[in-house]
Amino acid sequence: MKFAAFLIVSLCGGLLLYATADLPAWGDPNSPAGTHLSPHYIEKALEETDVPNLVTAVLADYRGYDTMFETAVVFCAGLACLLLLRDYTRKKGSFYRHIPTGVVIHFKENRKNPPKSREFEHMDKEWVPYDLIMKTVCRILIPFIQLYALYVVAHGDFSPGGGFQGGVIFGSSLILLAISYNLRTVMDRIKERVLGFLCVLGVLVYTGIGVLCMIPGGNFLDYSKLAVFLPVDPGHVRALGMLGVEIGVGIAVMAVMVVIYVNIASEGRHDEGL
Amino acid sequence: MSDIITIVVAKYNYWLYIILMMIGLYAMIAKNNLVKKLVGMNIFQTAIILFYVSIGYKKDATIPIIENAHGGHGNTAHAIHAADYINPLPHVLMLTAIVVSVATLGVALALAVKIYQRYQTLEEDEIRMRLTENRLAENNK
Repeated sequence: MKFAAFLIVSLCGGLLLYATADLPAWGDPNSPAGTHLSPHYIEKALEETDVPNLVTAVLADYRGYDTMFETAVVFCAGLACLLLLRDYTRKKGSFYRHIPTGVVIHFKENRKNPPKSREFEHMDKEWVPYDLIMKTVCRILIPFIQLYALYVVAHGDFSPGGGFQGGVIFGSSLILLAISYNLRTVMDRIKERVLGFLCVLGVLVYTGIGVLCMIPGGNFLDYSKLAVFLPVDPGHVRALGMLGVEIGVGIAVMAVMVVIYVNIASEGRHDEGL
Repeated sequence: MSDIITIVVAKYNYWLYIILMMIGLYAMIAKNNLVKKLVGMNIFQTAIILFYVSIGYKKDATIPIIENAHGGHGNTAHAIHAADYINPLPHVLMLTAIVVSVATLGVALALAVKIYQRYQTLEEDEIRMRLTENRLAENNK
């Protein structure tokens, strides 16, 4: 098995290495990839869309359909994780720590309303993190990470960034909260229903903007038609349409990241995990 | 011999990505553990992402964000030359590919968790053993 795999891999790699002789040299400005379509993007995008960040312009405008279905793929992945793993049976028993004394209380039966107070804290059964430094650092850091994520989404038109990146950063801030505290803290702050709603909302914002463009008689995702609804300089409407679409992508990606993490970490029980 | 060396030096980026890709492919074929296979899949995807990004590179060009786009700092609008900016298209394609690869990895891990819940193992041969045991038990009924 190992030998056969090595043979296949070396054969395949050898063919690919042989084919590199035909590939353009590293950094060649006249390479095939850089000569047909990309000069048009680089030279005309600013004029046509009023967005200096060409990556965003191509992502959200020239290739708007591609990005829309990419968002749909991400949404489907989140949905698949949820459907595969979600488990509504609850584990029996729960642990609470009395913070001032450090005494741990074990409830053998599930209580409908676990005691909520500042003195008691819920504990995971298998792995019990209690690290003051980690918690404090993460508590200070998380708001700034989230602010940065919003900045990345909002400035996607002008600087490196956009909906995908900002969404992933925001989602990872919530995952950091889950790692440094525990999963239940995250699920108390952002309910499962809200997460599911956000997943759908992101895709809906994207397609909704596309449909909105059709109302004044334009094509699907033809942002210039949004000038009817937005009282701004008509040259800048496309940039605003792209911003709206990027916000939709950001919301969807953020929610899907958290859904995937939460379901995998807790095997679908949403109570305790990594 | 010197020909090969000049080719390798001129195109060392492709060589590195192909080697990386083959490491991923080997892990996907030969490894027994499902999580290791997933790690191999991710290495494979990363190699492809690097390959695309390197295709978009141009010598002496900057990132694909137009400088002084709205006439900032008193500069008047100037002509934009394609040779001054790297190709944005591979970046766009890979931007979405990275997020989709994370999403597919999530689904794959979810499937792995399900497999572990059912068979109590992630080793491929043990899973196959369990499957044959189950089939034998079915036949004996």
